[in-house]
Amino acid sequence: MTIGLEHYLTLAALLFTIGVFGIFLNRKNMIIILMSIELMLLAVNINFVAFSSFLGDLAGQVFTMFILTVAAAEAAIGLAILVTFFRMKGSIAVEDISDMKG
Amino acid sequence: MIIEALAFYALAGILTLSALLVITVRNPVHSVLFLILGFFNAAGLFVLLGAEFIAMILIIVYVGAVAVLFLFVVMMLDVSFADLRKGAMQYVPIGLVIGAILLSELILVYSVWGFAPETLDNRAAPVEKFEGLTNTEALGQVLYTDYIFPFQLAGLILFVAMIGAIVLTHRSRPGVRKQSVADQQARKASDVLEIRKVETGSGA
Repeated sequence: MTIGLEHYLTLAALLFTIGVFGIFLNRKNMIIILMSIELMLLAVNINFVAFSSFLGDLAGQVFTMFILTVAAAEAAIGLAILVTFFRMKGSIAVEDISDMKG
Repeated sequence: MIIEALAFYALAGILTLSALLVITVRNPVHSVLFLILGFFNAAGLFVLLGAEFIAMILIIVYVGAVAVLFLFVVMMLDVSFADLRKGAMQYVPIGLVIGAILLSELILVYSVWGFAPETLDNRAAPVEKFEGLTNTEALGQVLYTDYIFPFQLAGLILFVAMIGAIVLTHRSRPGVRKQSVADQQARKASDVLEIRKVETGSGA
């Protein structure tokens, strides 16, 4: 019953797949798509920390922090764009967002 | 050892379940709440892996900042979320196929995968260098020395993101009387003050 690296990697793969599937399932709802991206980033973080722990290398945890930074910045900018778009169009459907050219 | 296995399966199970619920529930507020539950379970997994600092950062940054931001936006936008789900089922089969292919490929890679013998010599920051230190102290010693420039760059990214979010969402509405410091500073005494010569005895 020892929990090895493979367990964590499988869990991360599962989580990443759920994130990808979430984009297909909610392809109209921009907010859920952003949440799916957060799930995928969480899966990447689990991979990083699992490798860091089982290999005995702290660099993986340092990189996890950088991913967290980028994820936070991405969420802030993404939601800001969403709010601005909602004010202009009154909708957050993805097919309306494709009107934005350039 | 058995407790570790039990904790792993419990945390991993709830994490997977809440991730599934995030993408399937109808109400987006519930989605955000399940996302928060998932982040808490991921933090538990990180504690199990011996990365306490990352676990706490995950709770502070994701639950405290990102998820609350999502919650604010979901509640602020007046959108009919039922309309957004219409026709969503159309893409489920291809999504399932792509998901199954992705998952089976990843699991196939993991099942035949192992560390090369020389991997241990190529580590960037081996934990043996930090014997007797806690996870937080060791991380600090790596982050503030070897990774100081990426660390500063991360701060710059957050700063740019903050300014970007403010610029994007700020709007100046007409008819609101707000203090304009630039206008106040640009005002000159000669524009608004005038000295008039009053003739003696002509006053009322």
